[in-house]
Amino acid sequence: MSVRVGVVVFPGSNCDRDTAWALGLAGAEPVELWHESADLGGVAAIVLPGGFAYGDYLRAGVIARFSPVMRAVAGFAAAGGLVLGICNGFQVLAEAGLVPGALLRNRGLRFVCREVAIAPERLDTPFTRLVGERRPLRMPVAHGEGAYYADPATLAALERDGRVLFRYVAPDGTPALDPDDRANPNGSLRGIAGVTNAAGNVAGLMPHPERAAEALLGSADGLPILRSLVAAAGERAAGAFVVTGRRVLAGDGGVEGGRR
Amino acid sequence: MSEPAVPLHQALGLTDEELVAIEARLGRAPNDLELAMFSVMWSEHCSYKSSRPLLRTLPTGGPDVVAGPGENAGVQRIGGGLAVAFKIESHNHPSAVEPYQGAATGVGGILRDIFAMGARPIAVLDALRFGDPGDPRTRHLVNGVVAGVGGYGNCVGVPTVGGELVFDPSYGGNPLVNVMAIGIVREDQIMRAAAPGPGNLVVLYGSATGRDGIGGASVLASATFGAQDPSKRPAVQVGDPFAEKLLIEATLEIVERGLAVGIQDLGAAGITCGVSETADRAGTGIIVDLDAIPRREPGMAPFEVLISESQERMVAIVRPERRADVAEVCARWGLPCAVIGRVTADGDVTVVEGGLDGEGRPLPGARELARVPAAALTSDAIVFERLAAPPPRRRPAPAPGVRPEPAELLPERGMDPGAVLVGLLGSPNLASRRWVYEQYDHHVQTNTVAGPGRGAAVLRVKGTRQALVATTDGDQAVSALDPYLGAALSVAEATRNVSVTGARPLGVTNCLNYGDPTRPEAFWQLREAVRGLGDACRALGIPVTGGNVSLYNEAPGSAIAPTPEIGVVGLADDVDRLVGPAFGAADDVVLLAGWAAPGLGGSAYADLAGGGDDDPPPLDLAREAALQGLLRAAIGAGLVAAAQDVSRGGLAVALAEMAIWGGRAGHFRVAVAGAPAVALFGEAPSRALLAARPDAVTPLLALAAEHGVPLADIGTTGGDRLLVELVGEGATGAAEERGARVADAIDLDLGDLRHAWEQGLPQALGGEG
Repeated sequence: MSVRVGVVVFPGSNCDRDTAWALGLAGAEPVELWHESADLGGVAAIVLPGGFAYGDYLRAGVIARFSPVMRAVAGFAAAGGLVLGICNGFQVLAEAGLVPGALLRNRGLRFVCREVAIAPERLDTPFTRLVGERRPLRMPVAHGEGAYYADPATLAALERDGRVLFRYVAPDGTPALDPDDRANPNGSLRGIAGVTNAAGNVAGLMPHPERAAEALLGSADGLPILRSLVAAAGERAAGAFVVTGRRVLAGDGGVEGGRR
Repeated sequence: MSEPAVPLHQALGLTDEELVAIEARLGRAPNDLELAMFSVMWSEHCSYKSSRPLLRTLPTGGPDVVAGPGENAGVQRIGGGLAVAFKIESHNHPSAVEPYQGAATGVGGILRDIFAMGARPIAVLDALRFGDPGDPRTRHLVNGVVAGVGGYGNCVGVPTVGGELVFDPSYGGNPLVNVMAIGIVREDQIMRAAAPGPGNLVVLYGSATGRDGIGGASVLASATFGAQDPSKRPAVQVGDPFAEKLLIEATLEIVERGLAVGIQDLGAAGITCGVSETADRAGTGIIVDLDAIPRREPGMAPFEVLISESQERMVAIVRPERRADVAEVCARWGLPCAVIGRVTADGDVTVVEGGLDGEGRPLPGARELARVPAAALTSDAIVFERLAAPPPRRRPAPAPGVRPEPAELLPERGMDPGAVLVGLLGSPNLASRRWVYEQYDHHVQTNTVAGPGRGAAVLRVKGTRQALVATTDGDQAVSALDPYLGAALSVAEATRNVSVTGARPLGVTNCLNYGDPTRPEAFWQLREAVRGLGDACRALGIPVTGGNVSLYNEAPGSAIAPTPEIGVVGLADDVDRLVGPAFGAADDVVLLAGWAAPGLGGSAYADLAGGGDDDPPPLDLAREAALQGLLRAAIGAGLVAAAQDVSRGGLAVALAEMAIWGGRAGHFRVAVAGAPAVALFGEAPSRALLAARPDAVTPLLALAAEHGVPLADIGTTGGDRLLVELVGEGATGAAEERGARVADAIDLDLGDLRHAWEQGLPQALGGEG
């Protein structure tokens, strides 16, 4: 049984179809979640895709956070559900306070679209568990407001608690900690490309793993990130089944494995 | 101050002769509102009144052609029930006045042409031309236009995958912004821009109508620039890409659910154009209820409502029983939607104030403001046979095969070919375009197999093995010397750029950017270009499926170099079989296919060397067809590892680019007959470079012989130095006889070449990188 992963569609989302396509390649069954509905349709995980939700004329993500679907997403996240925000999705999560920090205008004050390399800081998260090893992953960025910013105390806490999910790195894997490093495409502090919330179930990522899901398009390095999410979501869905089914199955430890 | 009153028709840009023609069609004098409608519809921009007789000569048919010129965009079948829609259009004058909005709305307008056909837009290409990059005004325009193209395309989620950026002093007062868009549509869902079925509803949806872009078609697009440009700013429209994104999704939903029988986007001349063109195409009429049109502001005069060019609006022709469904789709996407009229059987565009009843008849007390035959505004608009005369000092193009005397060649004194190559690679017209395309989202929709920066763009078609290959090319440099040759060369180069990937060119769309057609010399340039375009397309067996003519591209005291911008879309049945232009493995054999030809006129070398009066190289269209046939056959047979056409900057630049892109240089030997500059930097057409594994060389030579195309082994790939030796009779001799000192070889480090190529554009724009 494939894992149902929701893809939120705001008016102005423009990576929703790409994300659904790539989630399909990662083994999931993508489900559209319309912005006006708070019904999450029983999905096992949620992705907030890239784009320009509501036009982003005021500030990226600032209006999207007030939509009905975002109230539901916040509840889903509070209950431990897995949420990944990509690009504009990251901006929406940050505006909604579901991940720390903010995404400021790029250092060069221009939109930047190019391939970058990022490396995972940890391999034991729901978003990186199938990446395999700490290595540079090549995938595109495409944004005007992607410079990660947080105050020094927050940055210190993120580093201390292992909540920096990805950093921009040079092709040889050296982290681009300096905002002026050429390998840091937007001036992000400490080279941060992705972070998680304190509980580790909500992540924001500026680069686009869904655009790096097929070798034909130049890189398949993003696919393990989506596969990680799908696998983790599948286990949680199965785990939920075990919990509700325990009365019947008498807590048999083999049941969870049997579901997979 | 009292000035003599200007008659209204003249104030609206109509001539006395045109007023007479309008009266003849109406059988009476037009009222003021009708005159305003005629003024926009009979503008050059909407009516093609000068170019229409020329465009009729173009080849437009073909077995794949589903929709040709006259529809919003050309459509061609690609198999599997799918079709590709594509078109190129200009937004030159708006971009000169207000570069960001001019370019942004240029993107928006061409995208609407695509999705009005029922196609989902999958790619944009932008062909941009500016004056001297050192001029602060040019930098202002470049920054604004690039930001505008990106700001709109990035937001609507259509990737900008290719295009051009050319600097030439002739564009200093009149930049060119030509934008091409491509879409995919199911063949059974292709929508026509027609209003069939009297009784059907005319539904306006999208943004409300405001005062922006009043008279854009007539005031801006169809007149030369004067000194009072800033006063034309109100004629520039303002774009809202977020509204466009909603409009795309709503329109495609309307199409997929079969809710409309016709769709037209509203661009130039606004509602007047939308209703008159759809009615005329269907042989019907339309009655418009002025009061039903949603407005942005109160107090708009009827003519303002009818000719406003407010962006992001569409008209759908809807059966009455589908009205609620269309309203529901629009509501879901948050778009205003209103029934503004009815299709009628009388053939007239009628405008009333005071409302229509349930049958589409004016309510009692309603007032008829205008009634004009739809055909008089569109298909029966005035047409002019303009005077054409060549410029007095024009030199004839050399006959093919005639070798010019060395004295005619550009000076080669002291030419160091290595220094010339570095200079060319770093020149504003040849250097890397990264500074531009990094500002464009070129990956969204996840179809981009090959994006901007190196040759034609390649887009896979999801759900198939197929790929579309797209490019734009325009040769203004040769066009300035010989507009016929320049247009034919542009077609040859654009199609060659597609064939060199292995794909088959499907069709041509064209944007003809020329001067004031009432000037015989400018009209002669246009006429020659259309002749060259037609001849080239016929020789290469490819139809012209659509395009756009932009005239009056003149600033005070100077006309632009005539610029035929050619967009080509090609098709490959197996995306995995396509090849790119970068050198791959070491020890690949590099072969030069095609024919050398003399002539440095119009070349990048001529730009660098300070001009001269050399002729451009001739074009033999039969040879061009043979070369492109060889390229497709060789790549299709799997014999080619990399391929690139030889164009701007000649053979040396083509080799250097393949090396830079592949991170691998090589050792080459180039036969020189007479003049090293011609051999290294000449831009003779009908040539390409192929890289192949050694064991593929023998079959490649046999295949080339079959196609009748010369193919010469010129070296091998490997290492990080680009070494190009000049060999053969006259390697240096011919030049030495004229007192020249010529180096025998290019020997350069790949890193130095890359540095020059990467830094060229930011440096030219004053460190804007």
